[in-house]
Amino acid sequence: MAKLVAVTIVVIAILSAIPIITHTWPGNISVGLPQDISTHGYLIDEQYADTMIEAGVSFLASQLLLAYFIWRFSSYKPGDKIKKFPGGATGLVVAAFLLVGTEVLALGVFGTKAWGSVYFTPPSPNAMAVQAQAGQFAFYFRYPGPDGTFGPIHPNLVSEASANFFGLDTTNDPDSKDDIVTAEMAIPVNREIHLLMHSKDMGHSFYVPELRIQQDFVPGLDVSVHFTATKIGKYEIVCTQLCGLGHYNMKAYLEVMSQEDFDKWLKQQAALQ
Amino acid sequence: MHDMSAHAAQHGAPTSFIRKHIFSLDHKVIGKQYYDLALVAVLIGMVLSWIMRLHLGWASLAIPGLHLLSKTGAPGDVMTPEYYLQLMTMHGTIMVFFVLTTAPFAAFGNFFLPIQAGAEDMPFPHFNMMSFWVTFTGFIVLVASFFVSDGPTLGGWTQYAPLSAAGPVGGPGEGWGVVLWAASIAFFCVGQLFGSLNFITTTLDMRCKGMSLLRLPLSAWGWFITSVMGLTAFAVLMPACILLILDHVAGTSFFVPGGLVVNDQVLPHQGGSTLLWQHLFWFFGHPEVYIAIVPGMGIVSHVLITNMRRPMLSHRVIIYSMAALAVLSYMVYGHHMFVSGMNPVSSLAFSFPTLVITIPSAIIVLIWLGSLYGSKLRINSASLFALGFISMFISGGISGFFLAQPSIDIMVHATYFVVGHFHLVMGVAAMFGIFAGTYFWFPKMFGRMMNETLGKIHFWCSFVGAYAIFMPFHYLGIAGNVRRYQAFVDDYLIPLIPVHKFITVAALFTGAVQLIFVYNLIYSRFKGPKAPNDNPWEGTSLEWSTATPPPHNNFGDKMPVVYHDPYQYSVEGASADYIMQTSPEPVHSPDEEK
Repeated sequence: MAKLVAVTIVVIAILSAIPIITHTWPGNISVGLPQDISTHGYLIDEQYADTMIEAGVSFLASQLLLAYFIWRFSSYKPGDKIKKFPGGATGLVVAAFLLVGTEVLALGVFGTKAWGSVYFTPPSPNAMAVQAQAGQFAFYFRYPGPDGTFGPIHPNLVSEASANFFGLDTTNDPDSKDDIVTAEMAIPVNREIHLLMHSKDMGHSFYVPELRIQQDFVPGLDVSVHFTATKIGKYEIVCTQLCGLGHYNMKAYLEVMSQEDFDKWLKQQAALQ
Repeated sequence: MHDMSAHAAQHGAPTSFIRKHIFSLDHKVIGKQYYDLALVAVLIGMVLSWIMRLHLGWASLAIPGLHLLSKTGAPGDVMTPEYYLQLMTMHGTIMVFFVLTTAPFAAFGNFFLPIQAGAEDMPFPHFNMMSFWVTFTGFIVLVASFFVSDGPTLGGWTQYAPLSAAGPVGGPGEGWGVVLWAASIAFFCVGQLFGSLNFITTTLDMRCKGMSLLRLPLSAWGWFITSVMGLTAFAVLMPACILLILDHVAGTSFFVPGGLVVNDQVLPHQGGSTLLWQHLFWFFGHPEVYIAIVPGMGIVSHVLITNMRRPMLSHRVIIYSMAALAVLSYMVYGHHMFVSGMNPVSSLAFSFPTLVITIPSAIIVLIWLGSLYGSKLRINSASLFALGFISMFISGGISGFFLAQPSIDIMVHATYFVVGHFHLVMGVAAMFGIFAGTYFWFPKMFGRMMNETLGKIHFWCSFVGAYAIFMPFHYLGIAGNVRRYQAFVDDYLIPLIPVHKFITVAALFTGAVQLIFVYNLIYSRFKGPKAPNDNPWEGTSLEWSTATPPPHNNFGDKMPVVYHDPYQYSVEGASADYIMQTSPEPVHSPDEEK
């Protein structure tokens, strides 16, 4: 039984590693990181790759060692004496501090750079502001229009029935008059976006795996992130914060367009308001 | 050390059925009651997971009889989206609280901590009895939420506000379902506070003559350290639950800010904070991970030592490392909130202790591995599950490297990567600790032996099955598969559904294998062969020096006197392979730490 268990551990360790290395599940299903379409994403991907190497080596080494020890030390003769691990407990504690300590320190320090690239650098002054609003169970987006300013939100004016999703008072608030509200998010490629996030009701999240962005909408607290998309295409924005029965179906599309196409699209959307 | 034993001794052996088996003051009966509660809870939790997994693999599948559970939740036996979330919430809550906390900590700890410490009972037997019955009440209140008009809450076991606090407008189950959930958990917290107080005082004040703290077995240390965590963690969750109830029934706004709009109506709340709930919850929630796993570490160490016929390379290093885990567990909770909108500097502040906590974990694993080296490893159901625990703890722990880093968390937060991580490290590993403890201590608890062949089949199938379920979760998470979805309708998730189908088949198989364990457990309890003697595994600690099952006051007429460290195995020059703690035989072992 001991040898069967040892072999089982080895087989499981190897089989577990294969989809990580090949990024593929049987049936040619891709299970690797999605493609990166952001300017900051390479830092996250490098950090992920470094961590995967360190974690992978630790995983395989410790599982294989466990399997070998089970195989080797479950067979003994009655007269055999207990042997002490070379270096004893002190050696292992020192090894843990040196190896794991160095490993986590390195990951922690280098990881700061990737985190800082998203959260510690302010958006540049010419970043394009877009507001995202999350509510059960849809995203809406708002562009400030030619005046470059968002009109204020009035919760008591929010009305799904009359499509006033943000609760704008276009009669009395001059800043709201030219605001453009859409159900799809379009952005120009290679242009920094400053995303202002507002929750209408519950906790939600803005997750675009290709954009390497995930950020919660916090009710009562407006938060923001900024990013630059580098590849034209259509991607999905999904909610990752449990928000109610329709959570699984809460999504919108992100279209990354050329500047020219974006200008056209925005003009069309303005005409529909 | 003995000043409190008079209190414990005040209750004589019970004579009535009710005092003996129901409202018992005996820590051993209370331990068994906790175990039975955990068994009922885990069966419910497992069936819920089967239903969830079937739905995730085949979303439109009719599950025969499901409408009996809820006509509105499963019309035509097909689950509605909200009912999936409701069952998911109940699965998580039942498993985390009523299985992973009650079995390794409250059940085994109640039964064996006083015996291993050499005490007649716990110092506050009435509190101990209340601990179980308050916990039991909490369980009944939770299960009752299945039967209220719109069913249990759908907000997940974390119950994030404002969904949990805004009332019925949040969706089905967000009214009475949440109130019952919060009341249940508040009851549970009170029960565990009573238990923790007893565990701490038993360890500090009730030890028998010669039993210094360092002579306590590692299992006793695991329960002691856990009880210190329990005292502080549950003391925070309980008021949080009370505030959540008040937001529902008293019109307060602790967790709901102003200006929220549902169904075109502005909610009548203002001034609350949704992040406040997250801070309070995770201040409990992360220590809870260690409340679930540290008793398992202690149990596994104890079981392994007996079956390796040697002490750990260092008794003290294991104790200090478990204590370090407990202390650090309070400094890491913010890693659950990296993308919550919390100050991003705080994320870094929480990230470093989260990375550092891998050091004591790694030390414990290395000491286990280093102690296996050169041992005389006996293979039985208990030792196999202990070895399986190590494998699962390594696999689940290593994925923590990713989640400790905020930059990588951006990608895998709230995905199946997290689900795979915590199921392996605090779910499966902790369950393996429970199984190891069950196969090991069954003869002492019930006076009979479990079937070893069935135990080994149970181990191998559970080991392979658990990996088949939870390793693919990581791959799904890396590909961006969001958790807590009842169906996968996003373009990029549809291609991943075959992986979910594989996981569902593996989960059904692994779940079915647990029925072998349940059969073995129940059959052996009543019909299993009688334990050949009081010490069938040739152990050294005090539970093996008393009768099987132990008498009412644990040790009969004569209280034990302890002469040695707990694990005197393979001692050179000794008359046998092991020397019991109660044996006055002198020991000159290089392994005995002074």
